[in-house]
This record gives sequence, C-alpha cells and structure tokens, in this order.
Amino acid sequence: MNLNIEVNNNVLSAMPGDTILDALNRHGMNVPTLCHLKGLMPSGSCRMCVVEVDGRKNLVTACSEPVMDGMKIQTHSARVIESRKTIVELLLSNHPDDCLYCERNGSCELQKLSEDLNVRERRISGNKNNYKLDVSSASIVRDPAKCILCGRCVRVCEEIEGVSAIEFVGRGSKTFIDTSFNHGLNVSTCINCGQCIMVCPTGALKEKPHIDEIRTKLADPTKTVVIQYAPSITISLAEEFGFKPGQNIGGIMNAALRRIGFNFVFDTSFSADLTIMEEASELVQRITTGGTLPMITSCCPGWVKYAEEFQHDMLPHLSSCKSPQQMLGAIIKSYFAETEGINPADIYSVSIMPCTAKKFEQQREEMTQNGISDVDAVLTTRELARLIRLFGIDMDKISPELADSPLGTRSSAGKIFGVSGGVMEAAIRSAHYFITGKELIKFQVNAVRGLAGRKEAKVVINGLEIGVAVVSGLKNAEILMEEVRNGRKDIHFIEVMACPGGCINGGGQPIGTNEESLRARMKSLYEIDEHDTIKVSHKNPYIIELYDKFLGKPLGHKSHHLLHTNYQERDVN
Amino acid sequence: MKSKVEEILQQYPNAGRDSLIPILQSVQESLGFLSEESVVQVSKFLKMPASKIFGVATFYNQFRFTQPGKYHVMVCRGTACHVLGSATVLEEIEKYLKVKPGMTTKDKLFSLEVVACIGACGLAPVISINGEFHAKVTTESIQSIFETYRNREV
Repeated sequence: MNLNIEVNNNVLSAMPGDTILDALNRHGMNVPTLCHLKGLMPSGSCRMCVVEVDGRKNLVTACSEPVMDGMKIQTHSARVIESRKTIVELLLSNHPDDCLYCERNGSCELQKLSEDLNVRERRISGNKNNYKLDVSSASIVRDPAKCILCGRCVRVCEEIEGVSAIEFVGRGSKTFIDTSFNHGLNVSTCINCGQCIMVCPTGALKEKPHIDEIRTKLADPTKTVVIQYAPSITISLAEEFGFKPGQNIGGIMNAALRRIGFNFVFDTSFSADLTIMEEASELVQRITTGGTLPMITSCCPGWVKYAEEFQHDMLPHLSSCKSPQQMLGAIIKSYFAETEGINPADIYSVSIMPCTAKKFEQQREEMTQNGISDVDAVLTTRELARLIRLFGIDMDKISPELADSPLGTRSSAGKIFGVSGGVMEAAIRSAHYFITGKELIKFQVNAVRGLAGRKEAKVVINGLEIGVAVVSGLKNAEILMEEVRNGRKDIHFIEVMACPGGCINGGGQPIGTNEESLRARMKSLYEIDEHDTIKVSHKNPYIIELYDKFLGKPLGHKSHHLLHTNYQERDVN
Repeated sequence: MKSKVEEILQQYPNAGRDSLIPILQSVQESLGFLSEESVVQVSKFLKMPASKIFGVATFYNQFRFTQPGKYHVMVCRGTACHVLGSATVLEEIEKYLKVKPGMTTKDKLFSLEVVACIGACGLAPVISINGEFHAKVTTESIQSIFETYRNREV
C-alpha cells in the first residue's frame, strides 16, 4: 500500500517504512545531508536535512523521520534554509581556514555546503580547533581540528567493519573523535582499511602520503624505480581525470607512469595470477590431505590485521600466501633483479593500490628479505592522480602503451581480483584445472559476483562438492566466522575483503565513490574478463615461464621462501 | 589471587552493556580511578570495544583516568564561588601544582578536580582537600594551604 505525502504543494507517493529522505530521493528531490550514510541507521545528529512538517512545532530531520500518510512537508522554506545556513556557519566558526591547501580542497562537503547555501561571510567566529595531528599510523593521518563530528567514520568503523577503533570522546564543545585512551591509531584496533577516509566529509582523515619520498627516489640516478598497479586502478583512476566511471585507461596510465620517470611499469594482476597458482594449489592440498578448512584468503591486509586482532582461532585457516602486492614485490627484488643484473638494494619498488592498508602491509617486517623490503612505497589511487597532475601530464592527449614484460602481462582471472568475488572465481577456475586436468566449460561463476556483502555457492569439481563463501565488509566476515566456529562444515573456501564490494571500493579510491561508480567499475572488470582470451591464471605464459625458469613448482621451496608468510596474534584494545 | 577488577566483575554475572556504568563506578570506587588495564578488562568482560567504554567514561565528569594523589583537591566552580573568583583560584592552583584538572602531580601528592558545587556556598570561593574545607580562598592563601599538607609529609 502506498502513502501519499505533500511536498512543496505537490502530492507524491511514498512507501510505508520510508524516511522522508527516502521518499524525496526516490522522486529526485534532494535535501542536503551531512551525517547521513546510506544503508546505516540514521543518526539525525547534524540537522542539515531538516524540513518543515505541517503541525510540528520544530523542524524535523528528513533522514530519520518516517513518512506518514497525508504528511505536508516544506523542503526549502525560508525557515529551513536559514536553519541549514546557520548550521554551516556554526560548523565554520571553529574550522581551520586552510582550505586553499587542504587535501580536500575541491572535494570537501563542508566547502560544498557553504557554497550551496550561499555562505559568503564568516558571521560567527569562535576559537579555532586546536588538536594535534595523529600521524602514528602507517596508513592514515587524522587531523581532529578539521573534524565536524558528523560521526560517519565512527559508524563505518563499527557497523561496516566491526572494528570500533575510534569513538566520540568527551562531551559538549570539548567532544572530539579519538581512540581508546587517546593513544595513536597505530596501537589501536584500526585495521587501516581507510573506509573512514571515504566517508569523511572534510580533510580530517587522509592517507599517509608517500609522494614526496617517491619523487626523491625518481630523481636519484642510482635507483631503478619500478612501479606496479593493482587490478582496479586502471579503471577507478579514470574518474579522477573526468573520464566516465568504468572506463579502462590502463594504457594511458602506463604511458603516464613512464613520463613521470618510472623505469619499469608492472601489473599487479600478473602477481594476482601468481597468487592464484599458489593459493589454489594450497586449497587443493588442504582438501586432499585433510588440512585446516575452510581456507580463507589472505590478500586483503585489512582483513589479515583484523583476524590477527579478533579472530585468533581462525589464523590457521588463513592461506599462507602473501598478497599480490607483496608477491610481485618479492619477485621484482629476486627474479627481476637477477635477470636484469640489478642489486636488489638499488631497486625502489612502488605500488599503486586502491587501499590504505597496503601502506601498513608494505612495512610489516614479515614482508622483507635480508632486511630489504619487498615493496618500498605505496600510492593510493588519489595520490597517483595527484602525482600525474604534478608532472603536468595531459591524460587526454597521450597515447596508450603496454606495461613492461614479463611482470606486466596478466590473465583476466588476475584482473577480476579488483572486485569482491573475483579472487574466488579465479581460484575456482584454476583449482578445477589442478584437480581434474581439464578447464571449466563455463568460466563465469555468477553466484559469487555482485556487490552483496555476502555470497555463497556450491561448486562441483570431479564429483566433489566444494562450498565457497565470499564476504566483504568485516562485520559480515565476523558473522561468517562465528558460523564456522559454531560448526558449519559445508564451506571449504572463503574470500574476505574488508571494503564493501572489494577493492573497487577501497579506502584509497577517489573521494565521492558511490554505488553508481562502483557498479560501473565492477561491470568494466567483468567486461575485460569477457573479452580477454586468457581467462585462467595457469595459462598466463609468463607465469608458466616464471615457474620454469625460477620458482620451480607452486608451494615449492622457493615459493615458500618468497611468496608465503605467517601471521601473529595481536593484543590490542 | 583475583584482581580487584575481577572481583567486581564477578558480581555481575550475565551482564550486558547496560551494566557498564555501574561496573565503571565500582571499579573507580575500588581503584580510585579507571586504569587502562581495568577498562580493557571490562571491555573483554562485556564484549564491548575499549574505545566505546572510553567514550562513555569521558562523557561523564565523575570518571577519572589517573591515579588520584594522596591529597585529592576539589575546586568548587559553582555559581557562588564563580562570582567570588573561583576561576582565578583554579588558575592559580593549576600554576602552583603544575597540573590541569583530572591530573595528578609528579610526586603523586596532589590530584586536582573541578566540581560544579560542593554545597558550601557560604564559604565561597571554597576548595576541599581530602574532605577538609578551606574557605574564602584567595590567590595569596593558596601557597600556605598547600604547604600545610606538604609539611605533613616531612
């Protein structure tokens, strides 16, 4: 049964259970929001979305108020606009004035609201916020002075990721957001996923920058500077340069990276193939020899740290495989260094990741060989865009180029790592081949595709039924782990990604990522898979060559040394 | 041997998050403050993130996070005391003790707390040190008040 509401003197239909905001949005009408996060419980704390409702003395928050039949609503009355404007003016009253060189200049929601509400002077002036920066984390920089206490980071951390590293601390005008006992983020439960950055309306949260260090190394003639990029980057970077969401600009990006001065350009999708070789072999080994099951993927460093903190009993379930970033890092400083005759210490290895947790992963001490890091610096998609602009490269004019061989050639199975379900699908394709010696007739595994937070499927290989589950958003992982702990035996392989939807929605992706852009990015990755000829990791000719010439066989001695890792229980609060 | 906090937690079988504040109150009563360790213990007991507990505890003025000193100084900032200059008194005590409210001096002798009203408006501005009231405090009298306590330690 539909309800009728009257908005600005027009009669509109609404559904029972809608909030006023839901109903308005469905009809293409907008009211500004700030604390609102689609899909989470409304908090109604910022009051930006207030509307006037007939018969109600006070203004009503559209994000939290359910519609009622016959409700009469004014969304832009003089009183409403004045109220919204005052809120913005109050938020500005103690906000730093460094917009010109703020990280979020141009993508700041507070800036946009000021503009939209025609705030043209600083009418209210208070003491400026004066909090210390928290630079303790390897991944995330917090600047509480720029925080407007919308609470979106707190809610994402709790409700999507199940981590709760940060919380409102104190009361009233002295409230700010901090960790338990005001310690640095580095010793908190933070898993570095960066979802807080993605929802932050201002510059209060950002990635730890690596650009300057990379520029120094690019200018150093004694260094061979190599770069690798994660599967989703070639697509999500497009949005930073005004291409339409979902456009694959990998070729242009390769060219841009060479113009910037990187000596070699490699593709992390190549090492995603390598990960599949090792991980699918490990899965087959665990299934056939009675190893610990279900096996759980380990390519997401946010998930790995989460498991180390909260899921100690699940650590033996994690695959011992390093992530693709670290695998390629290790191969670059061993195989590549050997074939090119370069001292590994003279290689500076950079990766571009859609992820802030990769910055943490890169500096883990397990990720080193003889004191030399596998990977030396990590750029997010956003930082890469900044670097390209810094070097004045016109992305509309340069011609596409290929990545360098051999570590830049991939199968499309490695490419779909960028979306939730991709690792699973790639692993199923190769596991099928490893077990039966034959290729799948149909490569698509539709049940594990899509943006749902949890997907399950049964795959039959050689009469053996294998149960698989794919979760993204660690709250979903927590629930699944509890089921496994309570005796679910029908799942053999689990893919976990910390960010909802996988890496295409990573904490390092362009600000303003929304459901529409996510769908476009996902579609694009699967289209690449559709059109590519090599759809399985084990058919990547350069992977075969790498095993022939260097590694031996999957799970062999050299693989174990270079491509596998171990995990440690972490006692954090 | 059970720790004090463990003993307290034992009195709350099957407790949910609604028992958080009574538990924190008992812990503070027993330890004199909420130590980091105790918050972690409560967090594990209630299966609540420590950050949430810290958030709740910092919301309320009644909880403190540093060990109180041997002498606990409460400075009244109620209306009557305010009118008669308690802001200056507080500022002077902060300077003299070199601590801010909620903190304890390095020698662990004095801890400072600000309270809204201790119900002795006739004595304003008033401070209380371990329950002993000092009436009509002035910036000049502060040093001698604190020295009497220091002298007890010699």
